[in-house]
Amino acid sequence: MIIAAQDGLFLENEVFANQLPAAILETIFMTAATGLIVALLGLPLGIALHNLGPRGLAPRSATYRVVSILVDIGRSIPFIVLMISLIPFTRFMVGTALGWQAAVVPLSVGAIPFFARLVENALREVDAGKVEAVKMMGASSRHIMRQVQVREALPGIVGGFTVTLVALISYTAMAGAVGGGGLGALAYNYGYQRYQGDTMLACVVLLVIIVAILQWTGDRVSRTIDHR
Amino acid sequence: MIELTQVRKVFPGGVTALDGVDLTIPDGEIHGIVGRSGAGKSTLIRCLTGLDSATSGSITIDGVDLGRVRGAELMTARRSIGMVFQHVNLLDSRTAAKNIAHPLEIAGVPAAARKRRVDELLELVGLADRAESYPAQLSGGQKQRVGIARALAAEPRVLLCDEPTSALDAATTRQILELIRELRDRLGITVVIITHEMGVVREACDAVSLLTEGSIERTGRLLDVISDTSTPLSKELIALPPISAMEPGETLVEVLVTAGSRLADVGRLFSLLAEHGVEAPVEAGTVETIQGAQIGRLHLRPDDAATAEGIRRVLVEQGVHAEVTTAAQVRAFADEHQAADAEEENQ
Repeated sequence: MIIAAQDGLFLENEVFANQLPAAILETIFMTAATGLIVALLGLPLGIALHNLGPRGLAPRSATYRVVSILVDIGRSIPFIVLMISLIPFTRFMVGTALGWQAAVVPLSVGAIPFFARLVENALREVDAGKVEAVKMMGASSRHIMRQVQVREALPGIVGGFTVTLVALISYTAMAGAVGGGGLGALAYNYGYQRYQGDTMLACVVLLVIIVAILQWTGDRVSRTIDHR
Repeated sequence: MIELTQVRKVFPGGVTALDGVDLTIPDGEIHGIVGRSGAGKSTLIRCLTGLDSATSGSITIDGVDLGRVRGAELMTARRSIGMVFQHVNLLDSRTAAKNIAHPLEIAGVPAAARKRRVDELLELVGLADRAESYPAQLSGGQKQRVGIARALAAEPRVLLCDEPTSALDAATTRQILELIRELRDRLGITVVIITHEMGVVREACDAVSLLTEGSIERTGRLLDVISDTSTPLSKELIALPPISAMEPGETLVEVLVTAGSRLADVGRLFSLLAEHGVEAPVEAGTVETIQGAQIGRLHLRPDDAATAEGIRRVLVEQGVHAEVTTAAQVRAFADEHQAADAEEENQ
């Protein structure tokens, strides 16, 4: 009852009617748009990393090292720092540094290298004998990447993508705190700055539910395509 | 026909894996290649498949020099060779039918023709009812059958088998070898089986080559190689348990009955020895019928050296190979083998 004391009774808070639905949508849009970009760019980057690496189809140790270092730099910068330092780039890409559309830029830059590493790890698990067997059939590298590496590693890649999306949800909350909108912004602006305990609680519960749905869906998809 | 001429493979770092391999395998033959680990078997198979190239020498399959073709031509050449692996290497994400169809997809065969060919192959390897099963749902032997069907999908002239039965139990091994022989008879393909199991060679091969330290030490028709007592391969092909401890001065007669002997039957040997009054207890022995010929190997332990010599004379007269071995010789042979085994273990 302490948490509901500030602005009247629980659920009678105007924020629930006015801001909450939009915040939920913003979080979902941010995650979905970023997820799409991460899948489109992170997957090829992960495939490239694996195949340039020592056990890949086209080992290039120098190129591999450069790409690998770039990916690790991308992964090691704290997200909040990355987001602020990317503001000029974000302005250039979407015309503004505010709103969920703008948040997609730093979120993608942060998550692409993360997902790429997970893809690389999943591909490394594919037995070299399978690749060799298909190479023996006279297959092109393109065919091997798509039909053997990615297809055989797909359960692991889906698992990695789920982990990436869940990490993205927590990043969106951070992005929200500095003008990105969404549940994170709501929690910060109302729950923290205006001492609305009920808003804070609602945001936390909703974030937990979104993460749970994502994880459950990811596990299901992964299991359905896993024939091992 | 597969022809290898002076094939050498030297790895960066100076390790010579193949040191002048010469080998000719005629069409339709099942040829076994045996050798200890480290003898160069894996390197040889990688060169035969074009996955690795020889440092010098030439490998031609039906007239195509694998070392000279590149790019698209190499891919076509690879399609003329079907490969069967020890660990099968099926794709877990594909059903048995889809795994078999894979080489056909790569070769650009249209879907309808692909389907027909896959049904035919499933029938051929006796798995018509498992088309929609995933590899995880198949037994080891069934997986290898799918592996063989996949290797045959693009109608190769050559089937290369790398330790095809090493991961299988004895009964399944026999079925798979039977299948390979049957396929050779029906399709007329040339088969190369790389193995360390002498039983595989005895059961399935027409000819055999022994690879030692990167070159072919002995090659020939199976029966010829078994009958040739001048190479250790003969003893390894028809193996007997190790000779038990011998006291100094004791003797052993090693006997090999082959198709060339004038004995009608190994059993006749004992009555013959009895007739000459030179009988001896049998310490170990094995009799097998290989490709219609009876092969017998025996270790006899006569009481004294004179009897041993008597046995030898009687048998040699009948065209049977017999050798008198003393305790010292047996020990020297055992030591040498132990050293070789220890060396292999270290690798």
